[in-house]
Amino acid sequence: MFVEGLRCRECGREAEIAAVHVCEFCFGPLEVVYDYEGMAKAVSRDRISKGPRSLWRYADMLPMLPGTTEADHVDLGAGYTPLVRAPRLGAKLGLRDLWVKNDTLNPSFSFKDRVVSVALTVARSLGFDTAACASTGNLANSVSAHAAAAGMDAYVFIPSDLEETKILASAVYGPKLVAVKGTYDDVNRLCGEIAGEFGWAFVNVNVRPYYAEGSKTIGYEVAEQLGWQLPEHLIAPMASGSMLVKIDKAFTELVTLGLVEETPWRISGAQATGCAPISTALNDGTGFVRPVKPDTVAKSLAIGNPADGYYAIDAVRRTGGAMGDVSDDEIIGGIRTLAETEGIFAETAGGVTVATLAKLVEQGRIDPSARTVAVISGIGLKTTDAVAPMLSPTHTINAGLSDFQEAVKLDD
Amino acid sequence: MSATVRIPTPLRTATGGAAKVDVEGDTLGEALSDLEAQHPGISERLLDESGELRRFVNVFVDDEDVRFQQGLETTLEPGTTVSIIPAVAGG
Repeated sequence: MFVEGLRCRECGREAEIAAVHVCEFCFGPLEVVYDYEGMAKAVSRDRISKGPRSLWRYADMLPMLPGTTEADHVDLGAGYTPLVRAPRLGAKLGLRDLWVKNDTLNPSFSFKDRVVSVALTVARSLGFDTAACASTGNLANSVSAHAAAAGMDAYVFIPSDLEETKILASAVYGPKLVAVKGTYDDVNRLCGEIAGEFGWAFVNVNVRPYYAEGSKTIGYEVAEQLGWQLPEHLIAPMASGSMLVKIDKAFTELVTLGLVEETPWRISGAQATGCAPISTALNDGTGFVRPVKPDTVAKSLAIGNPADGYYAIDAVRRTGGAMGDVSDDEIIGGIRTLAETEGIFAETAGGVTVATLAKLVEQGRIDPSARTVAVISGIGLKTTDAVAPMLSPTHTINAGLSDFQEAVKLDD
Repeated sequence: MSATVRIPTPLRTATGGAAKVDVEGDTLGEALSDLEAQHPGISERLLDESGELRRFVNVFVDDEDVRFQQGLETTLEPGTTVSIIPAVAGG
């Protein structure tokens, strides 16, 4: 319990611990303030390694409110997902030491389980009994699942044109599922207003300062799984930009806490060309994040007005990383390349990450010899619509041996 | 011309708790000036030193982000609703 309070990232004004996400003065984002000295005394590699095989092994480094015990954790087993070597994908892309952080293997099959288990744990500490969110799908799935397991009511808001699987993979947990006729940004705006009127824990609105901290665990795990070393380069998909910012923060904290040696790292960000407000702002040199109206197959990244865009740009510039964006065809290609080389079936956001990484290598914007980690944030089974048209059986035959022999003659 | 400005929770400390304020003005900029006249101190919360909207303040006129319209020059029809929404949400 090393949370001291909240502080505005823009103007530095402080706020008390509560379900509040914006600075009352300037509307800047509030961020959790920790007592790092106390935290450094409590944490150690040994203590972490003896912890649960989930993100809760890093509970000391998360915004747990005073009095929170292990029994209070809203826990479906999120986190501690595999970090696997990806030599075949690396060879294809021209990278010598590539790894994949496989966050498809979470309880509701995306990294959102990390942020949601932290958010709902804090929400319960703050006395809430209803969880809510604005979502492009994965978050809706995760809030629905974790709220069910925690015995909380859930109001989940999604754009009505989501992938069918993402709709039913929320509905099955029994939330109030509100399909809004509009884009994610419309849903988000609506939820911003609803959050002011209803006394609910909106994980990515009024509980966002705590929620966002959950993404740090991706960075902690990568370092621990590399033998307590920071990677030289990491690439993450960007929707709001929050995940990338928090992974960068995690690396900084690991150094501050003495858990890893300070070695330089670069962070890069990936977007879909049909919704690339952050990479555009970085690459056109203005640094001004102009909202866009998304039009991309990567619906989980379709946030036209990204809350953490400025901070993502800061992190990428500071560390010497890069940003890029890729077309729908490149995204589909990225999904298939990852699946065919490493046996990992990612959703469209994973296709964005892989294809952007390929593009940045081609453009000579990243060091091909650097140890690189690609964050694959969600599972392909939720976005089958995107790849279905080009995937079918390679052979369709009658059930006779000679039929098969005939059919395989044409192979190779 | 009169419009209604919807005030988000964090800004209600500047409006004495009011969730809606009726204002006069032909453009968003004029409406915000009138808002400041009625509730002194509120505009520095919305506008930066150069008089532009702060980067974490989103303003919607008729449900459309003013950055897709003419910013502070966006014209207001009579009876228009102006919504002020913190940008830091979502994702």
